[in-house]
Amino acid sequence: MSLIAQLPVLPVIIPLVLAPITLLLPKGRAPHLWATAVSWLTFASCAWLLMEVSEVGLISYYLGDWAPPLGIEYRIDLANALVLLLVSALAAVVFPFAYESVKAEIDERQSPYFYGALLICMTGLLGVTITGDAFNVFVFLEISSLSTYALIAMGARRDRRALTASFNYLVMGTIGATFFVIGIGLLYQATGTLNMADLHDKLIGQDNRMVQAGFAFILVGVGLKLAMFPMHLWLPNAYAYAPSAVTAFIAATATKVAVYVLIRFFFSVFNFDFPFIGAAFTYVLLPLGLAGMFIASLAAVFQDDVKRMLAYSSVAQIGYMLLGLSFATVEGLTASLVHVFNHALMKGALFMAVACVVLRAGSHSIHAFAGLSKRMPVTTWAFLISGLSLIGVPLTVGFVSKWYLLEAAFAAGHWYAGFLIVASSLIALLYIGRVAEVMLLREPATEGPYAIQEKDAPLSMLIPMWVLVAANIYFGVRTDLTGGLAERAAAALMTVAGGTP
Amino acid sequence: MEHLILKVTTKLLFAPIILFAFYVQFHGDYGPGGGFQAGIIFAVAFILHAFCFGLDETKKVLPQQALIVAMVIGVLFYAGTGVATMLLGGSFLGYDAIDPESTHHAGQHYGILLVEFGVGMTVAATMLTIFYHFTGREPDIDQKDW
Amino acid sequence: MGTWMDFILERYNYWVVIILMMIGLYTVFARGNLVKKVVGLNVFQTSVFIFYITIGKIAGGTAPIYIGGELDHGGGHGDDAAGGGHGEAGEHGAEASAHDVSEAAEITESLHGKIDNAVGNAPLNELKDVVSDQAATADNPSLHDAPVGDTAKIGNDALLDVKPEVAPSFDVATDHGEEAAHQVGEAAHAVTEIVYTNPLPHVLILTAIVVGVATTAVGLALAVRIREAYGTIEEDELEAIDDIAEFGAKDTAGGMT
Repeated sequence: MSLIAQLPVLPVIIPLVLAPITLLLPKGRAPHLWATAVSWLTFASCAWLLMEVSEVGLISYYLGDWAPPLGIEYRIDLANALVLLLVSALAAVVFPFAYESVKAEIDERQSPYFYGALLICMTGLLGVTITGDAFNVFVFLEISSLSTYALIAMGARRDRRALTASFNYLVMGTIGATFFVIGIGLLYQATGTLNMADLHDKLIGQDNRMVQAGFAFILVGVGLKLAMFPMHLWLPNAYAYAPSAVTAFIAATATKVAVYVLIRFFFSVFNFDFPFIGAAFTYVLLPLGLAGMFIASLAAVFQDDVKRMLAYSSVAQIGYMLLGLSFATVEGLTASLVHVFNHALMKGALFMAVACVVLRAGSHSIHAFAGLSKRMPVTTWAFLISGLSLIGVPLTVGFVSKWYLLEAAFAAGHWYAGFLIVASSLIALLYIGRVAEVMLLREPATEGPYAIQEKDAPLSMLIPMWVLVAANIYFGVRTDLTGGLAERAAAALMTVAGGTP
Repeated sequence: MEHLILKVTTKLLFAPIILFAFYVQFHGDYGPGGGFQAGIIFAVAFILHAFCFGLDETKKVLPQQALIVAMVIGVLFYAGTGVATMLLGGSFLGYDAIDPESTHHAGQHYGILLVEFGVGMTVAATMLTIFYHFTGREPDIDQKDW
Repeated sequence: MGTWMDFILERYNYWVVIILMMIGLYTVFARGNLVKKVVGLNVFQTSVFIFYITIGKIAGGTAPIYIGGELDHGGGHGDDAAGGGHGEAGEHGAEASAHDVSEAAEITESLHGKIDNAVGNAPLNELKDVVSDQAATADNPSLHDAPVGDTAKIGNDALLDVKPEVAPSFDVATDHGEEAAHQVGEAAHAVTEIVYTNPLPHVLILTAIVVGVATTAVGLALAVRIREAYGTIEEDELEAIDDIAEFGAKDTAGGMT
């Protein structure tokens, strides 16, 4: 078979084969260079895959030459090609960025393990996205989660609370994954298949309690993984105490992939022809999305720790994504997919800026940000621009997301949701504004625990960060790129799902 | 610590346990068994050794660094088989590509043997690594605290 | 009363699953000790393993392990065909063809094996496809390889011997779910005398067990590290220590959020 025929499996195979080698490399620079090279290679394969998919449409790959539904199938359409590109692109940006930050935060002896785990985490996320087999999703989900627990715990060198945060995440994440498996088991019992496309065919016309229970278990299980509003309690601590580079990576990718799983199951596995799903969308996802937007945003305003603040903001942003897909229209789904993409860009850039501050000031408390514009202007402006993007100022990606969401909300007849979106954006203005005020107007501390060194972050950190900031602006101006792709992906998903509920 | 009976029994059992591990490993093609089980059984032999003779003695036989190398080689065996079948023209882990001529899917047998060998190696190494790390930590907690 | 008892007793495996699941979840939430939480998590996961094995169970089925007796049965078929082949081949005076016939017999045997696997695997009408596919692929080599035309015919006959036995019984199996599984199980019973439970859930659970072991290892490792860092693994004590560390030093500032 030619390379093109093998292309669909490459995004998983490349990091899977090359990640273990990281452990054998000498400590220091080598593991980092190796991991960076691997992430770029993976990114190239994902970009190629997206180009292929946007030309020929759905690509299917049979692992081990076993035909589905018995064998495991990798099934790539526009929706997951987009998420694949997103995850690999973020990895390709975060990996080069990580070096200085990791050197400061993690024991050098652990560096091979750190980069190995980071690569495995990326492999898991890519695998979740690419696979067309329901049980395979669970396996990859756990591969990425287990490595994430380990990565978060490595933050213990700076703050021992990373250990308890990681433990809580482990408990919640495992319960979520197990709920997900129960759901898959119920669906298997109802249909006798695990292939998603086959599940979809066989679930048509089935509206019994077994399928409903399966649906509920999957919703709760994935909800725990993606920190859906009332199940988000693990997230703030996990993000706050993880090593900064890890936070930048998982905040930008892990929850996005979980949102993708939710979309995949709702629109490609279950059908809209039974009323239970419609009820779940209207009475569960919509209110939880709205509640998450508000309560988490309000919680973010009162955080003194910038990393924690951004973590709460992530929970709120997940609310936007859930809101978009709860409309169950092409517009809503487009808005969700666009926001998945855009939020990864802005949160990646924001957490990278925090990582730069942590490197120089040794803290991510808001006091460490005092007078930052005088000490680290380049980092400050990166934070401000991506912060504006988070609020949704025109010419940034945040504005594009909000615009799509508003359009979808009004088109679906939920006009009140439109107002609430605007209102919650104003809360985002409050918490970003609070940091901005401290950065721009306060005098920098010259002594004490929050004293900052006079120099800005090293170039190896600034360049990747500004690549993301530039992407924030570029995709905010060229709205047709992401919007067009997401719209085609959403239309394809909705056709499979069979219209509106 | 002079537990003579334990030490002699362990020495006697050590080789049969490893032999049994290999039996489970390679008979996994036809009956219950395979890399996961065999890897655990293989690791158990060394864990038993560590119980009786102390962790330091076991580490002389099988140092930590060797385990990491074994872990990596095991994964590479598994993934390498997949890549090899890709290079031979099949899909990832499409074992038939190993021996396409065969009328009774001989490639499937070769492929699964290689993959299971890799799995066994990784599982054994991982289990022992976990064991080394748990038992090898300095007991900075008083016995009465437990 | 009787019907209620039946309702409960007939589903005893599901009750076991639910009770274990609740014990596990309760332990995770109610216990403050981190190690106990990990143990609760394990119990919870184990209940799911049992649930999956329950799904795969077919009434009267044995563990999905290839049994020697079945080999004999398949071999019996093969012997018959090979014996016939010997006769024919003797008539034509081509000894080599006997070899080919026994190869055809081998294919029939593997066809048997395939049916068995498929029976366990899918309670659906894919089985028919599997059978006919296998028959189709099995046809070709015997046709190509046979030096004598008759031998190929014998090979085909051997295949045909099997097909009529199998094909009609699968026509029944169009329904979904457990019922179909039963029917297929019975159909398989008619063919091979040995019914296997569905191997797929076992394989899935093997994977899930490995994931569970990894989770346990990570969880316990974290508990050990927490014990080293804090000196306790009781959750409320950990929280108290963290609170003191965060707010204790500047208690006058009132920085509660």
